[in-house]
Amino acid sequence: MSQEERLPKARGPLIYRQSIWTRLTHWVWAICLFFLLLSGLQIFNAHPALYIGQQSGFEFDNAVLRIGAINTPAGPRGQTTIFGQTFDTTGVLGMSGPAERPQFVGFPGAVTIPSFRDLATGRVVHFFFGWVFVAALFVWFLASFINGHLRRDILPKGDDLKALPRDVANHARLRLRHGRSYGPLQKLSYFIVFFILFPLIILTGLTMSPGMDAAWPWLLDVFGGRQTARTIHFGVMVLLVLFFVVHIVMVLLAGPLNELRSMITGWYRASPGTPSQEGDRP
Amino acid sequence: MSRLIINRRRFLTGSAALGSGLVLSGCDQFDFLAQRGNPVRGAMEQANVLTYQAQRALIGDQVLARTYSESEIRQGMKPNGSTEPTTPEYNFLRMANFEPYRLTIKGMVEREVSYSLAELRNMPAQTQITRHDCVEGWSCIAKWTGTRLGPLLDEAGVKPGARFAVYHCFDNIQRTVSGDILYYTSSDLVDAYHPQTILSYGLNDQVLPVSNGAPIRLRIERALGYKQPKYLHTIELVDDLTPFGMGKGGYWEDNGYDWYGGI
Repeated sequence: MSQEERLPKARGPLIYRQSIWTRLTHWVWAICLFFLLLSGLQIFNAHPALYIGQQSGFEFDNAVLRIGAINTPAGPRGQTTIFGQTFDTTGVLGMSGPAERPQFVGFPGAVTIPSFRDLATGRVVHFFFGWVFVAALFVWFLASFINGHLRRDILPKGDDLKALPRDVANHARLRLRHGRSYGPLQKLSYFIVFFILFPLIILTGLTMSPGMDAAWPWLLDVFGGRQTARTIHFGVMVLLVLFFVVHIVMVLLAGPLNELRSMITGWYRASPGTPSQEGDRP
Repeated sequence: MSRLIINRRRFLTGSAALGSGLVLSGCDQFDFLAQRGNPVRGAMEQANVLTYQAQRALIGDQVLARTYSESEIRQGMKPNGSTEPTTPEYNFLRMANFEPYRLTIKGMVEREVSYSLAELRNMPAQTQITRHDCVEGWSCIAKWTGTRLGPLLDEAGVKPGARFAVYHCFDNIQRTVSGDILYYTSSDLVDAYHPQTILSYGLNDQVLPVSNGAPIRLRIERALGYKQPKYLHTIELVDDLTPFGMGKGGYWEDNGYDWYGGI
């Protein structure tokens, strides 16, 4: 407290930034995406190849990614072929685990649930968290529409696009401003996640269901076939992992305690100079 | 202020240690989910019941699976699972070119019926080019020819209390020290009566080969491959799946796959 009295101008106001709906769904998603990723890699390992089109080419080649193991004179090696380029990925993809007891799997057991080959369990876990993930997204969209989070923080407006170059420059210099609403880059990132990546990963997931393909045949046409949908599903997963990495880096750069507090209690310390409003705390 | 910095530093080191610990130890801590009968797994499996109910509510009973054109048949049908049954019953039939084969419909029916392969081939034939989706993730487009199951069920007269059709097969999918485990699976009556559900005896304009389920393979086109039983010999109408196998309604279902199989 005494510190605050000594440095009154060095701190912005404490603002109530994140509603209970944003905070709740945030942590539900954090758990869901963790389990969806690791069970998803388990499912991928059942057939570690991705194709373009309706079907998988066994007598023709429409694969864009293939992970496997080959025998060489020097022993087995893990190998990954992506867009026709082949890489030795021994230790990570195709072949991993201890040298005396290697595992010949796509992704290593360290990043799958369960850690051993078990497609059935991977599917149980994946579909359970898939439902929770979609339910949380529905709740979030409804709440964010009503409480204005969507309009205030997510949907980029003309002014945001105009301010984008400046915001990029500020981020490059690590000058991060903590305002009442999200910054232009922040809005754009979350807009892409909520309006492009999340719908895309859900719809491509549904396209892999033969039942859903009967119900909504347009899924097959929109994504160009079940196997293309499976490939897009995987690609969006990679983008979401990238988002997660950037998300964590930004939290660390922007002040992890303040950021974590806002996502737990809702209260967020804004940058000095942020105009105070009714309801703020000192 | 200095206290805050130390706290922050401590927090960062702590979370870094926690994070790397999680990565290093792998995901062994969730392996308990693989145990059949584990209550957490049991709760998660309820999501599959929800999927089944949601899809049945969403998808009309008569809605068809996508069919493809001839030009989209670009390869042979990939054989998977059992490709060479070795039971004496099957070997005998195979040697006799399936002449003595009979498909039986029994259980909760007004009258048990059975048909020879010739009789099935003389029934109204239906040909469909569909996509076979394996639970492993791959797909393969092929042309299937057979006769619809629905009219045969009507001939047998399914009793009002029947809820499921259990499909019994010849193939010993698993050989254990205590004997062979024979393949079986089951469906609800919606899938059994679906207009694309056929007892197929032809594949890509040829006689259905042994590796793909000769003499008869059932096609349930809106479900995954483990719901397309090969080497089918008996269809049993029941109101309860627990007496069969380990009680989950099928060989793969007993091994943890969801019963519905539409996802």
